[in-house]
Amino acid sequence: MLNVSLMNLFRTILILAAAFLAVFGEATLPVLRHWLGAQVDLLPVLMVYAALNADLATVSLLAVLGGLWFDALSANPMGTSILPLVAVGFVIYLRRDLILRELSFAQLVLGTTASAIVPGLSVLLLLTAGKQPLLGWGSLWQWLVMTAGGAVATPFVFALFNWCDRSLGYQPRVEPGFRLDREIRRGRL
Amino acid sequence: MFRKKNYLALGAVTLLALLILSLPPRVTAHLKLTMGSLFLPLFGLANTTQQLPADLADSVLPRRELLQQIDRLRRENDQYKALAVQTAAIARENDQLHSLFGWQQQAPWKLKLANVIMRDPANWWRTVQIDLGSRDGLRENLPVLTAEGLVGRVSSVGLTRSQVVLIGDPNCHVSALVENPAHDTGIVSASGPLDTSLVDLTYLSGSASLKPGQNVITSGLGGVFPKGITIGQVMDSRPVEFGLYTEARVKLSANLGALDQVWVLFP
Repeated sequence: MLNVSLMNLFRTILILAAAFLAVFGEATLPVLRHWLGAQVDLLPVLMVYAALNADLATVSLLAVLGGLWFDALSANPMGTSILPLVAVGFVIYLRRDLILRELSFAQLVLGTTASAIVPGLSVLLLLTAGKQPLLGWGSLWQWLVMTAGGAVATPFVFALFNWCDRSLGYQPRVEPGFRLDREIRRGRL
Repeated sequence: MFRKKNYLALGAVTLLALLILSLPPRVTAHLKLTMGSLFLPLFGLANTTQQLPADLADSVLPRRELLQQIDRLRRENDQYKALAVQTAAIARENDQLHSLFGWQQQAPWKLKLANVIMRDPANWWRTVQIDLGSRDGLRENLPVLTAEGLVGRVSSVGLTRSQVVLIGDPNCHVSALVENPAHDTGIVSASGPLDTSLVDLTYLSGSASLKPGQNVITSGLGGVFPKGITIGQVMDSRPVEFGLYTEARVKLSANLGALDQVWVLFP
């Protein structure tokens, strides 16, 4: 029981650390913005992973902390990014038993959907709050880049986390079929 | 599927988000700075990592090349010294003329160099953060520029870093003047989200006579930007609202896509 909760804690810390680094990377690495004119957001992708593989507390923490970190480095009003992330995270979490999470195609589709919905909801929220984000026909291209970038990144993020789980996480002990007390001793006959 | 625990968690997070959204601006600003300061160790690490290759390259640079560089810099320095003497003479002459005509003398610019440490992660804002804060004397609305031209203004100030809203963002309006015989004035406002080198110059009079290549500078109206800072050059213009006023596209002099260091202008 303790091992399971420690395992969950490890996964939560890993996801939050990834979100922290993702936000930092988005703010400091201008390569994609320079070449494609838009920055790819990895928080929706992480939310897809968390919603499919972690518990409810992790999904909530990722939405709150990831959203706050993103808004802290952005000109967004604080709290803007929380609601879109939590909306996507909860919908996936509630349906996760029906999703074939091991399939790359399913990951790709979910990553695409989440990466398309989260920025859209954020902008909608900003407009509702009376803010004036920088929008135009070019925003459509930016939205496409964010969606495609998120879609491409999702299987990689899943693979990375699965590798981390295997390498660093607790692996449940597999009981061997062979037991000494059940050994059939053969006589001479 | 919809268990009580799920509902409670969803409700709690939504409530928290709404609570944060409805906080007063001062509290939000503090929260923003607090959350942003969590990234400070990473900024330090990133700076060190970026500096490392440069230091490494310096350490393996041959002595002969270093001496050549010193020689070149010494010559450049001499040229700048001569230019400074000339500029000082022109400034004295300018002051004399100002006093002769009874015009108010323009105070010399006080500039402070700042490093751009990050850009806005959201695609719908055009802001950067610099490594100067209130402990360096920064305050809101100070103009920010490069040697090429205007960059934006300081929008919020923390202890060690500040946010600069760049020209072309919907929150950065600049009163501008076209250097043509009519001295047409307008407002530089947001342009499209993709091209950071173009901005729109709006509210020019319907009879404005704009030609491509004409310089656009700050007009000094509005009280934020002093007069005479280069903004860019007119690319093209078109009448809008049935010729009621004219709108022009301006190519910015400063390259906003590749900002490493900027100057903060103190009045």
